[in-house]
Amino acid sequence: MLEEIYTELLAEHSQSAENRRALENPTLKEHGHNPTCGDDITLELEISGGVIKDAAFTGGGCAISQASTDMMIELMRGKSVDEAKKLAELFIAMIKGEVTDDAELEQLDEAISLKNISNMPARVKCATLAWHTLDTALAKA
Amino acid sequence: MADRNFLRDFPIFHGNPPAYLDNSATTQKPDAVVRAICGYYGGCNANPHRGVYDWSVKATKIYETARASVQKFINAKSPAEIIFTKNATESLNLVAYSYGLANLKADDEILITISEHHSNLVPWQMVAKKTGATLNYIYLARDGNLSDAEISAKLTRRTKILAVTQVSNVLGLINDVKTLAAKAHEVGAVIVVDGAQSVPHIPVDVQDLDADFLAFSGHKMLGPMGIGVLYGKKNLLEEMPPFLSGGDMIEYVEEQDTTFAELPNKFEAGTQNVGGAAGLSAAIDYIQKIGFDEIARVEKNLTALAIGALKKLPYVELYGCDSERGNKIGIVTFNIRGAHPHDVATILDAEGVAIRAGHHCAQPLMKYIGQNATCRASFYFYNTIEDVGRLVDAVAKVRKVMHLD
Repeated sequence: MLEEIYTELLAEHSQSAENRRALENPTLKEHGHNPTCGDDITLELEISGGVIKDAAFTGGGCAISQASTDMMIELMRGKSVDEAKKLAELFIAMIKGEVTDDAELEQLDEAISLKNISNMPARVKCATLAWHTLDTALAKA
Repeated sequence: MADRNFLRDFPIFHGNPPAYLDNSATTQKPDAVVRAICGYYGGCNANPHRGVYDWSVKATKIYETARASVQKFINAKSPAEIIFTKNATESLNLVAYSYGLANLKADDEILITISEHHSNLVPWQMVAKKTGATLNYIYLARDGNLSDAEISAKLTRRTKILAVTQVSNVLGLINDVKTLAAKAHEVGAVIVVDGAQSVPHIPVDVQDLDADFLAFSGHKMLGPMGIGVLYGKKNLLEEMPPFLSGGDMIEYVEEQDTTFAELPNKFEAGTQNVGGAAGLSAAIDYIQKIGFDEIARVEKNLTALAIGALKKLPYVELYGCDSERGNKIGIVTFNIRGAHPHDVATILDAEGVAIRAGHHCAQPLMKYIGQNATCRASFYFYNTIEDVGRLVDAVAKVRKVMHLD
């Protein structure tokens, strides 16, 4: 069970510094946090012509929240706003256990590795924080 | 050490239970408490204080006997000084809204400590905003105890209320409430004591402390959830306006005006938690049967073992574990370098060890000690040396599971 959650992939993403920065010209900035556990991120997006040109984040939290944010940013770069919204919905549905079909979830790329968190109710909020934050941000796009 | 096996008395510990180390959040319930609750609901459930029939009389007797039991337990002068509430939070809100709003004005000061649980902090923020009073904080010395210099500097004639926890729910350190009460009274302030973490673990005598108010919860001391206590000195409670109003707290009600019932009913609006009171009373009996000496002996031993073992792990950082005054109850708060407390708690859970991770409802304290969150293992007398071993073994695995080593 634990090995399925705390994978090397998760460790890499949670420790990766590449996407952990402020953007020079963000067009959208959204703060998200889980008040009960203290995961706290600020997501920055540079959107032009309806496409996410760049994304990055600052903040802190548990390995699951940080890895999930990092994976999400890599997935979203280059996607259109509409695609991004759909992917965020799909990820949240996966974590809620509503979508389980791997063929459909393949679009989530590395984030599919977080699928098993759907079996850990206590950690669902950690995994979905970034994706809810993105969703809120894109509603303003 | 020949520990008595308390685990037999607790239905939840039969079988293969986890090492339950979240006792500061809530404690488990012995058979005697479960039986007392069932006995009331299954034997004589009726609305107390009203009916003249047998069950109602019995319900009233159970409820008032519980009040007397609480009174003796904390050595209050009179049962009229014991108000039943939902929990410590409600008790503290009662004091803040009733005493605070009636007695504070602009330029007055409320003094609390940076170690307060949100329940002894947020109500004072609300009352400060409504009255224009200032909310001040006592900060800590290096060892986590309240700084004497801070107390002297901040407790002044402007201070009208000193609200302080007797034991921090994060650091586990016991504050010298008796001295604080004397100092508060010298400047004309009242002292409100949050006893949520102290009453279950150490003897608390309100007359010896000279506390004006004391709040605590039943569920942190073997009792059920939903029953708590506010102790208040009679002369203060008598002057205070009601907090909640409605049934059972009145004397005469006319169309435009009401006169209120005598203490303690003035503060107990609506049908009260008789089953909860019965459970709390049984919990007090159980605690007294064991005795605080034994409780302290077991907890001190487990705490010292845990701290000693965790200190040997170079990547573990401990908080509030350096006080040389010996004023610590069984709370061990720590972090593992590189691992977020929530990941730690998940990994420990998989090893059958239940701890708390997060800000422990004490965000200002977390900020003050420079941590977003921490892990907390908290003991009660029924914990064992094996529980400590399971904790330490699981902690030692965390960095490996997270691919940090």
